[in-house]
Amino acid sequence: MPTTLLIGLDGTATGERAVKHAKQLATLIGDCELLVVYVIEWSPFSFQTAEENEQRHKRRKEEIAAALSRIVDPAVKELTDAGFSARGLVRHGDVAESLIRTATDEGAAQIIVARMSEGGFVQRFMGSATASLVMSAPVPVTVVA
Amino acid sequence: MNRKTLALVAPALWAASVTVSMAQTAAPPEAMSIDQQVNNVFATVTGPFVNLIFAPLPGTSFPWIVLWLVVAASIFTVYFGLIQLRGFWHSIELVRGDYSDPNDAGEVSHFQALTTALSGTVGLGNIAGVAVAVGIGGPGATFWMILAGLLGMATKFTECTLGVKYRNEYPDGTVSGGPMYYMKKGFAERGKPGGRFLAVVFSIFCILGSLGGGNMFQANQAHAQIEGIVGDFPGWITGIIFAGVVFAVIVGGIKSIARVTEKVVPFMGILYVGAALIILLVNYDQIGAAFGAIFAGAFTGLGVAGGFVGALIQGFKRAAFSNEAGVGSAAIAHSAVRTKEPVTEGYVSLLEPFIDTVVICTMTALVITISGTLITDPETGLFVLNEAGTSIATVGDVSGVALTSAAFATGFSWFPYVLAVAVILFAFSTMISWSYYGLKAWTYLFGEGKTTELLFKVIFCIFVVIGAAASLGPVIDFSDAAIFAMAVVNISALYVLMPIVRRELASYNERLKSGAIKRFH
Repeated sequence: MPTTLLIGLDGTATGERAVKHAKQLATLIGDCELLVVYVIEWSPFSFQTAEENEQRHKRRKEEIAAALSRIVDPAVKELTDAGFSARGLVRHGDVAESLIRTATDEGAAQIIVARMSEGGFVQRFMGSATASLVMSAPVPVTVVA
Repeated sequence: MNRKTLALVAPALWAASVTVSMAQTAAPPEAMSIDQQVNNVFATVTGPFVNLIFAPLPGTSFPWIVLWLVVAASIFTVYFGLIQLRGFWHSIELVRGDYSDPNDAGEVSHFQALTTALSGTVGLGNIAGVAVAVGIGGPGATFWMILAGLLGMATKFTECTLGVKYRNEYPDGTVSGGPMYYMKKGFAERGKPGGRFLAVVFSIFCILGSLGGGNMFQANQAHAQIEGIVGDFPGWITGIIFAGVVFAVIVGGIKSIARVTEKVVPFMGILYVGAALIILLVNYDQIGAAFGAIFAGAFTGLGVAGGFVGALIQGFKRAAFSNEAGVGSAAIAHSAVRTKEPVTEGYVSLLEPFIDTVVICTMTALVITISGTLITDPETGLFVLNEAGTSIATVGDVSGVALTSAAFATGFSWFPYVLAVAVILFAFSTMISWSYYGLKAWTYLFGEGKTTELLFKVIFCIFVVIGAAASLGPVIDFSDAAIFAMAVVNISALYVLMPIVRRELASYNERLKSGAIKRFH
């Protein structure tokens, strides 16, 4: 059974570092599947207008399609072109929670992320998604600097 | 000022100066103001409709429409076996997302459907409507209001389950739902005639309701609030400003304004309830007496206008106007939720009258009751009526929002300013919600298309101006009548379709018990 490594992308250039590190790790492990995951930040407890609700299902589909074509699919292609077994997923929700849930559901042995882009006041005030992930994940997390 | 700006401003200044000079020279001193003219025309046009809806039962002063609502809510309560009590905790579990599949994340959640519907109902009904009820019916009206709220939970459950079950789902993923859809499809499914006809009648009343309670009443009371702060000025000015902002959102598509409102309104609601709680805590020694007045007044009237029946009528009327149970509007709002089980949305929606009426309206009524703004005769302890004998005399002779404002000011002198902002935001948020409900009814009748939709939106904005300019009496009468007319048609349909809801409920509860419906959290 191949080892599954989950790569969490945040849609910025930092994600490339995570992909690069995952490649190195997968090469060392050998029989390995790389799962590229992008999480669209979303809360079920936000407030929306009736019109937004009406359009939500359509928008969700559009958001997933956009995330796949812009972020996930290029990363998966890069990995498969390099000879790795890879597939991609897009999830909605809290970044850390969604990565942890996906890792659990998919039986991932490790989560690899690049240091997320948020900083300054937001990071001090809210804590970063990376920090939440490291503190709550049930599997090892590699944070690529 | 550059030439281009001057070229734009000069004609406007000229037009303004001509208008002012024409007004100064042409208008005789006794001529009616624009506001009075709007009010007179409006009252004349809407009078017959209002009289029909509020006609008393033969030989009594009891409006038949109130009985209609009470009987319906009671029947649904019995028919679904006190669903509002049995299903209360499960409703909270659903809103918390305990039964939401994580793979459906990103779709409309139960919480979002509930808060969207609440933003259309929590508002002036809770602030001004309760003040009207207590002002006319006395504290006893609160008892009937709470009872109406509790019973109304079953009505809401019925209509919102049907709203989700029979909504239209289009190939592009958008949805449209509401009473007109369950009337058409549900009647056909049961092999009953008349569904299409009822759907058309409902849609007409829904359009009137969106222009009345969902628009004019809001504009009217928002203007009253602004006037209370900056002094008297013509209502049509407020109307034009409000109409401009509403136009920018619903026609111009400036969603940022709506988004900001949707986020600020819940905080205003929390602030309002928080302030009421603090006032009640500070005056905790009077809470017992206030509840005493509520219970005693519910059955004796305590000398208010219309006595016991007056309290009952006011309580039920204002509760229905506030929580909209049976009106059908919530079925439109709730139908966008993503669920495979329509009953789940029925469960969630029953929290709406509870939050709106049982919690928030009661808070308002208690604050008014303990504030001492309602004048009582020190010798008899009974309320003193105003000169016209139509409502209880108040300190400062205030009514509607002004009465609530005065009551809260006894606890926090600065609160009227916060309340003014809250009223304006609540009014705006309710208008946006109702513009959507009205539009759904409009497109049901006339089909979807940019031109037909634009026409409705423009009409909606015109009514904002009329609502702000007319006086409270005719506006509140028309608003009530239009909204209750929706309830007449909607509840008729609910009677026909309630066996479907019972079947859905039984199937859902059985699967819930057996574990076939999975709990995710």
